[in-house]
Amino acid sequence: MRFIGKKIAVAALTLCAIAAQADEPAEIKNCTWCHGTSGQGVSTAPRLAGQRHRYIEKQLASFYQHTRDNPFSRQFMWGAVAALSPQSARELADYFSTLPPKAASDGDPGLVETGKTIYELGIPDSNVVSCLVCHGPNAEGVREIPRLGGLAYSYLKRRLAQWGEGYHAVGAYPMPRVARSLSPNEIDALASYLSFIK
Amino acid sequence: MKVTGLKWALPTTVLALAVLAAGSSGGANAIRHGRQDVEAKLEYCKTCHGLWGEGYHGYFAMPRLAGQQPRYIENQLRAFIERRRSNPVMFNVAHSLHPSMLAALADHFHALNPPPAGIGPQRLAASGKTIYEEGIPEANVAACLACHGLEARGGDEIPRLAGQLYPYLVKTLTGWEKQRGQGAGKSDTSAIMAPTAHNLTQSQIAAVAAYVSHLK
Repeated sequence: MRFIGKKIAVAALTLCAIAAQADEPAEIKNCTWCHGTSGQGVSTAPRLAGQRHRYIEKQLASFYQHTRDNPFSRQFMWGAVAALSPQSARELADYFSTLPPKAASDGDPGLVETGKTIYELGIPDSNVVSCLVCHGPNAEGVREIPRLGGLAYSYLKRRLAQWGEGYHAVGAYPMPRVARSLSPNEIDALASYLSFIK
Repeated sequence: MKVTGLKWALPTTVLALAVLAAGSSGGANAIRHGRQDVEAKLEYCKTCHGLWGEGYHGYFAMPRLAGQQPRYIENQLRAFIERRRSNPVMFNVAHSLHPSMLAALADHFHALNPPPAGIGPQRLAASGKTIYEEGIPEANVAACLACHGLEARGGDEIPRLAGQLYPYLVKTLTGWEKQRGQGAGKSDTSAIMAPTAHNLTQSQIAAVAAYVSHLK
C-alpha cells in the first residue's frame, strides 16, 4: 500500500512539474507545481487564480488545523502547509487572488441550463437553497466565500459530493447542510454550469 | 385597493380557520403537512437565515428572523408570493410553503433569541439612537420608536429591528421603493415606511441601522 501511495505521489509530482514555470519565486513555485502555471489548476489541484484572498487564507488554515480532511487535502495539503507561517499564507493568498482566472469550461454543456436554475433559485420543494445568495450573481464569491465560476467540473463535483459524505464537516458552514440536500444529478448540473462561468 | 383587500380577506379567513381547526383537533396529521415537513422546512430556512435564525451575510445579507413578529413574517411571505416585495429567490421559497406551515414557521422563529450576528460600526450608534428615539423633525422623519417600540421589538405587523443585520438594514432602507410595495394598486403596509426611508440620507440610514443592529 505504502509503495503504491509513493508511486502515485511521485507520478503526481512529475505531472505537476511539467506544468510549472521557471521564473516564479520559490514559495509561489511550491504552489504552482501542482496548481499549475499562473495558478490555473491542474488535474486534481483546483485553480487558485482569482480566488478570494480571505477564502484562500481560511482554507490554508483549515489544512493546517486538519479540519479540511478530504482525501486529497490529507494527502497533499496537510503536509504542504505544515511549515507555512500565517504571514506567508496571507502573502500567497494575496498573490493568487490577483491573477486573472480562466474558466475550465469542462462540464457537460447539456446540463448548463438545469445547473443555472438550481444555482440561482435552488429547488424549494426539495429544500435545496439558492447558491447565488451567498456566492453572488456571477459566482464571483465575496470575502471568505469562494469564487466558483470557472472552477474545474471534477473539482466542483468532488467537493459537493464529499460534503454529503461527511468530509470537511467543521468550519465550512453552511456547505455541509447545503450539499446534503443535493442529488448526484443536481451536483452534476451545478458543477457543469459553474465550470463555464467566466 | 379595497377590492384587493377583500380578495385577500377571504383566503386569509379560510387560512386562519384552517390553522385553528388543525390546532383544535390536536393532531399534526390534521394538517396536510405534518410536523416532519415543518421540521425539514425549518432546517431549510436556517441554512440561509442562520442555525438560530440570527441571519447570515453571504453575497447578499439574509435577514435575522429570530424574535421577529409572526404576523410580519407571514405578511412578507405573502408579499413575496404576490410580488409586492420583489425577490426572485424568496418568491420561489414562499411558493413552496404550504399555507398551513406558515404559522408554525413564524412562531418557531419568533421564539428564538440569539445575540446579534451582524452589528454595524459602534461609533455610529449614538447618533443613530437619537434618530431612533427623536426622529428628524426638520427632514420629516418620524421617531422610529413610535412604531417599532423603545426596544425595537416591533409588534403585530410591525417588524422587530433589534439585532437585525447591519448590511441588511442599510440595503433595505436604501432601496425601499425598489423592493417593497411593488405592483401598482396592490394594498401593502410597506407604504407606511416609504416616505421615512426616502427622507433619510445615506449617513442617517447607516447611523440608525448601526444603532438597532446592536440591540438585543
